[in-house]
Amino acid sequence: MSPETAVTTMHIRRFDLKSRILHGIVMTTFLGLAATGLPLLFSDAPWGRALARLFGGFQGAGLVHRFFGAVLLAAVVWHVGDALWRAFVRGERGILWGPTSMVPQPRDFVDFFQQVRWFLRLGPPPRFERFTYWEKFDYWAVLWGTGLMGAAGLVLWFPQAASRILPGWMFNVALFVHGAEATLAIGFIFVVHFFNGHLRPGKFPMDLVWFTGSVTDHHLLEERAAQYDRLVRTGELAALVVAPPTDAQTRKGYVVGTVGLTLGIGFIMLILYAVL
Amino acid sequence: MRTLFRVSLFTGALLLCAGASGAEQSVTPPANDDCLACHGDPSAKRANGSPVAFDETTQKTFAKSKHADVACVDCHQDLAALEEFPHPDSLAKVNCGTCHDTAQEKYSKGVHAQARRNGGMLAAACVDCHGKHDIQGAAEPSSPTNHQNLPSLCAKCHGNQDIIDRGHIQIGNVAAKYHDSIHGKALEKSGLVVAPSCVDCHGNHAIARKTDAASPVFRRNIPATCGKCHTGIKQQYDAGVHAAALQKGDSRAPVCADCHTAHAIQRADTDAWRVGVAAECGSCHADVVASFKLTFHGKVTELGFSRVAACADCHGAHEILPASNPASLVSPGKLVATCGKCHTNASASFVRYDPHPNPANYRRGRVLWWANRFYWAVIPACFGFFGLHSLLWFWRSRKNGGRS
Repeated sequence: MSPETAVTTMHIRRFDLKSRILHGIVMTTFLGLAATGLPLLFSDAPWGRALARLFGGFQGAGLVHRFFGAVLLAAVVWHVGDALWRAFVRGERGILWGPTSMVPQPRDFVDFFQQVRWFLRLGPPPRFERFTYWEKFDYWAVLWGTGLMGAAGLVLWFPQAASRILPGWMFNVALFVHGAEATLAIGFIFVVHFFNGHLRPGKFPMDLVWFTGSVTDHHLLEERAAQYDRLVRTGELAALVVAPPTDAQTRKGYVVGTVGLTLGIGFIMLILYAVL
Repeated sequence: MRTLFRVSLFTGALLLCAGASGAEQSVTPPANDDCLACHGDPSAKRANGSPVAFDETTQKTFAKSKHADVACVDCHQDLAALEEFPHPDSLAKVNCGTCHDTAQEKYSKGVHAQARRNGGMLAAACVDCHGKHDIQGAAEPSSPTNHQNLPSLCAKCHGNQDIIDRGHIQIGNVAAKYHDSIHGKALEKSGLVVAPSCVDCHGNHAIARKTDAASPVFRRNIPATCGKCHTGIKQQYDAGVHAAALQKGDSRAPVCADCHTAHAIQRADTDAWRVGVAAECGSCHADVVASFKLTFHGKVTELGFSRVAACADCHGAHEILPASNPASLVSPGKLVATCGKCHTNASASFVRYDPHPNPANYRRGRVLWWANRFYWAVIPACFGFFGLHSLLWFWRSRKNGGRS
């Protein structure tokens, strides 16, 4: 990076307000769901009881859990509805396929292959588009997980109603799936997503793009060369230039991000303490 | 002859004591007055200078005691035959069995007498419980052997750590446990005299070890002992599978004390008790409790909250029957009603829930088995894949000076 380009830093919008609010909702409810669900998942751990008591016992924890679950489910349903509406009603086909789509496509496999090659020092890093393969994995994992856990959660929330269409042993399956999927989700988000998105060298201690919504142009070029080239080529880049985040905004982002990261890592430590 | 002797002694004592004990002479029988001629004289001293006279309390309590009309020499028989007075400082041991032969016979079979025969002289003898000159009938409210005072009486030893240690009392401080138990609180705090004290379960003179088949606290006798008061529960217990096993001689079959404990019995509707009961059942039914802990019921219970079903809520507490018995709360015909105690509107479909799931048992629940298999494959695969991915990335980025 030459000094001239550094002076003319541009801030490029990556996430619109809707997406940032969605990440905020998912993040808040996910942490809340983990805090209120972990005591049940690790009921034999010494901290399980204390954590449950923090929310006023299992009933209080259950109430908070169902509240967050309902909010997350509503947010995800709204998001899916919004995406489908944009794709099929407004005709934004880019949502369904292409460089701006979340849908996995051949280039992701090429990217992954190149990334591994780069890990092993056998080639240059891949030139990523708007969404990398691990980001797509995160996205679909959350979507799939929320759908499955939401469904299982609703069965457990309304057992009498559920038993009208499902046999009672589905409660066993629902509780098991809810817990197993939670293990997967908590482990994935608080370790893999935290590392990929925030803690890895180059991002450490955190990436505030989910909060500010923008990245600098040289960051974009470095991390998503293919997207940068495409935006320059099509002339879309200029339309995406936004004002740099204010200091206050950045500060707030760091505070919220630190709380989130700390809680998440804290939960992982509790789990490790219980398991090991 | 004895009377003559007493009269002559009395005359001699009068000369010596010069009417100093005149007040007592009018209320005590003459025979005992002879003794009081010395033992009522504050100025009479032994060779070592200690006073001979009974203190005032002893004199008063003896007068009110069950033995007020008994002659001194009836108990202190060695003095009856003695001709020379004053008598030696040390007297022969009083034998209560002279009169109380039945009680003494029972006592001689009990643990206290056994301990004393084996040299454990800390073990209670007659006087340790009944007192000496102040002896009272158990009906007297102030008697140490009165029902309400018995727990404190036994606690003199069974609540005294020093005696427990020195006397090698293996059961430990049972008095403290009893004191905090539902029985102890009822009797000692609430004055509820129907609540049992020590002797109601252990007997009094012939207290036997719990290993003694004749003891009321011997394993097989415990239901009958508790059933003396808890008649209704005894009937339920007798109808259940545990009583049947006990009758057959299965020593593992639980009796009252296994779940409720012997001395520290608590209310069965407290959170602590309800939460702890699964552990009791689990001491035999380990696999059943392990599967219970996989359920919402089990997990909430394990967290220490009692609002959800634990063992007894579904299986019953005392009249526990196998599911194959139509009278059992968990028999197919009764499941809807049993689950319905909490889950109003529980249906036949609802009760197909497995309250003791085993994900490793394919026949018990196929979908659960597959779900278990699936996640046991997916979770390690996912964490393994991305764990390696992250490690490689970390390693590569560090070598690359922080480039992503």
